[in-house]
Amino acid sequence: MNKTITIDGKTIPFEDGQTIMAAATAADVYIPHLCHHPELSPHGSCKLCTVKVNGRNCSACTFPAAEGQDVLNNTKEINDDRQKITQMLFVEGNHFCPSCEKTGNCQLQAVAYHLNMLDNHFPLFYPKREMDASHPDVMIDHNRCIFCTLCVRASQQHDGKDVFAISGRGINKHLIVNAQSGLLKDTDLDMNDKAAHVCPTGAILIKRTGYQVPIGQRLYDHHEIDQVSLVTENPHHGE
Amino acid sequence: MQVFIENLAASHNYQPTRLMLILRAIQDRYHYIPEPAIRQLAGLLKIPGTQIIGVIEFYSFFHLTPRGQYELLISDSITDHMLGKHNLMAYLSAKLQVAVGAVRSDGLVSLDNMSCSGLCDQGPAGLVNGYALTRLDRPRIDLITDLINQQKPLDKWPGELFQVNDNLIKSGLLLDDPIAPGDALRAAFKRGLQETLAEITQSGLRGRGGAGYTTGWKWHLCYEGPEENAFCDVDAQKQLQRYVICNADEGEPGTFKDRVLLSSYAHQVFEGMTVCAAIVGATEGFLYLRGEYLFLYDKLQAILAERRQADLLGGNILGKGIAFDIEICLGAGAYICGEESALIESLEGKMGIPRNRPPYPVTQGYLGKPTVVNNVETFMAAASIAVNGGNGFANMGTEKSKGTKILSISGDCSQPGIYEYPFGATIQTILNDCGADDVLGVQIGGPSGTFISNQELGRKLAFEDLATGGSFIIFNNSRNILDIVHNFTHFFAHESCGFCTPCRVGTSLLKQQLDKIVDGHGSAGDIVALEELCQLVKSNSHCGLGQTAANPILTTLERYPELYQSQLKKISYEPGFDLDGALETARRMAQRNDAAAHLEQIGEDHE
Repeated sequence: MNKTITIDGKTIPFEDGQTIMAAATAADVYIPHLCHHPELSPHGSCKLCTVKVNGRNCSACTFPAAEGQDVLNNTKEINDDRQKITQMLFVEGNHFCPSCEKTGNCQLQAVAYHLNMLDNHFPLFYPKREMDASHPDVMIDHNRCIFCTLCVRASQQHDGKDVFAISGRGINKHLIVNAQSGLLKDTDLDMNDKAAHVCPTGAILIKRTGYQVPIGQRLYDHHEIDQVSLVTENPHHGE
Repeated sequence: MQVFIENLAASHNYQPTRLMLILRAIQDRYHYIPEPAIRQLAGLLKIPGTQIIGVIEFYSFFHLTPRGQYELLISDSITDHMLGKHNLMAYLSAKLQVAVGAVRSDGLVSLDNMSCSGLCDQGPAGLVNGYALTRLDRPRIDLITDLINQQKPLDKWPGELFQVNDNLIKSGLLLDDPIAPGDALRAAFKRGLQETLAEITQSGLRGRGGAGYTTGWKWHLCYEGPEENAFCDVDAQKQLQRYVICNADEGEPGTFKDRVLLSSYAHQVFEGMTVCAAIVGATEGFLYLRGEYLFLYDKLQAILAERRQADLLGGNILGKGIAFDIEICLGAGAYICGEESALIESLEGKMGIPRNRPPYPVTQGYLGKPTVVNNVETFMAAASIAVNGGNGFANMGTEKSKGTKILSISGDCSQPGIYEYPFGATIQTILNDCGADDVLGVQIGGPSGTFISNQELGRKLAFEDLATGGSFIIFNNSRNILDIVHNFTHFFAHESCGFCTPCRVGTSLLKQQLDKIVDGHGSAGDIVALEELCQLVKSNSHCGLGQTAANPILTTLERYPELYQSQLKKISYEPGFDLDGALETARRMAQRNDAAAHLEQIGEDHE
């Protein structure tokens, strides 16, 4: 007999060792997320995937599914909190969608639309952050980094390198690269590395590809992130 | 420097887990961690340089740029403030001719703030090159300034500057009756190890760090190990490496009881760890000592050496064929490392970021192995129970909180210091004993705990009423509650590890939003916004730090709503920035300063 949990009243099967996120994705149930990627180890830092498991808040991307769990995911209360958390990510950095090359392809922007975020709500921090355009093929715009560590994990776990890391504490957290100069050009990053393509915002961009796809024809211009996410993350989507 | 680093790494067997101790030695010698040292270490320890930079930037006591040869840090705890820290810091800064947060131009001295130094009973306090300075006042600062300007080495400074007193005022079950070294181990071996575990479980002892998990259960779970091992045979079970860690990272502002326990009862604490190790089957243990207690380090090492000499540690403890030894690791200024999984990360040579749970440390802790992490006081109590059995302990306290609790009492009272009470004691009793009158309120359990008003002094010290890891700060009626909340809220923003969004951004937003109200810029909606933000941070944060960071605001807002209201302006809203100020550049460019070139801040007088 298959083991199951319920998410918003719907019965969802799971296998031992699966997280709530993995079980949900396999069953075509979208749980908003930014720091989670099915091919990389779970991190649990963005907290957008917070769900209520038997009344207690848990990160769906790290919390193991277990028999008898009653999970609340798509409720007004939870989505309100997710919207506020997304707003936090917007105000701590410098995210100006209209002038960002990633607009329309940006997961942060798409999840914000999905959660019906219409303003920043919180005061902007306007942090002073630098650009690193030293690498011939890849650039970092630190203004847009949300510390999800996807590039860190992709470099370690997929590319077999150690190009990126997050340093600092608290609100002073920042992305650093593994080079004596501190510059991307002196790392062993290659533009074909997964780490160069995994950024959910416009913090890591491939050079000379800007605006090749016009605004209006981009991924999230025509599809909501919940649909895109399930298509790309569930190999058995729609079956 | 190259030779120094090479020798240093060699002395730590090139183990990346020793990164904290290695960096401490480099910081100590060069007053920062130079870039070439990072590269060299990365090669020697075979870890990415980014991991080393990450650790340096995470901990307050490590620096990438040079600090002074004399690095002065002054404790910024609320108790230091109450003892006149502000004036003293200004005096110190003027006297030494160095700004707070800066290094003097000759490189001789640097000055900065630090989080609570654990010397609230003898503040204002601070550190010079890591060593605790107590009872700072103007004459002492004059003396310190002279010593620094004469470049006197620290070991030539007068000892009274570094004198740390125990201030043990009221003792009870544990403090009255310390065990003799070896007694708990002998009793445990005589009774049987599993029987001793049963005594500890039966005593009802719960973790003394604040969370209150049943100690016997924790040890039992560690002994059992992870689920996949549950069915393997007993011999295989025994071969599984396990660890025992004593959490001496007491960073909760207002707590200093572990300082006293380690200063005067260290044998008993180490013995409790050893009993635990014998029971769960661990051969290695760690004391994670907060960096602020560097002054205890040599003394504790000497006690460990004594215990090895007496066969109370080492390869064959009391001839019973059981091996266990203890290493001391020093923290480096990070409150978050008091959280057990962050502490384990730190012990592994990493940034102190709390892990995702499950798995819990009892099954996958240090280096992924089953690990018991307990507070200093918990091990001390366990040693006492091993000698005396669980009954006496279980007969004290309340139904859900057995035994006694050791408190660190500071603030407005005539006798700050260490007090031991059976659980169930009322706050009023405690206040009477320590000479507190005209009480406004008491912060119980530190900033992450609860602020109670003088209408609640009949409440009890207990897990089921007012739980505390030991911090007990008293405020009299001359104190301003908003100053207290301001200090605590800034503390959490400073100490947030930054891992999760709600705490990283939320603690900074809490600070801003509170400051806005305290500074008199708040308007009607701001208290509601503050309360919403508190709930958001509390319910969505990754660990206890974020989950409790809003407590100072929430517990005072609940008790003193009118205090917050009285700070508000009588307008519907105030813009987030100065409208008129924003026009300044435009006025300058247009060379105008007439009335039409100015804007009123909206609504100021339009109620």
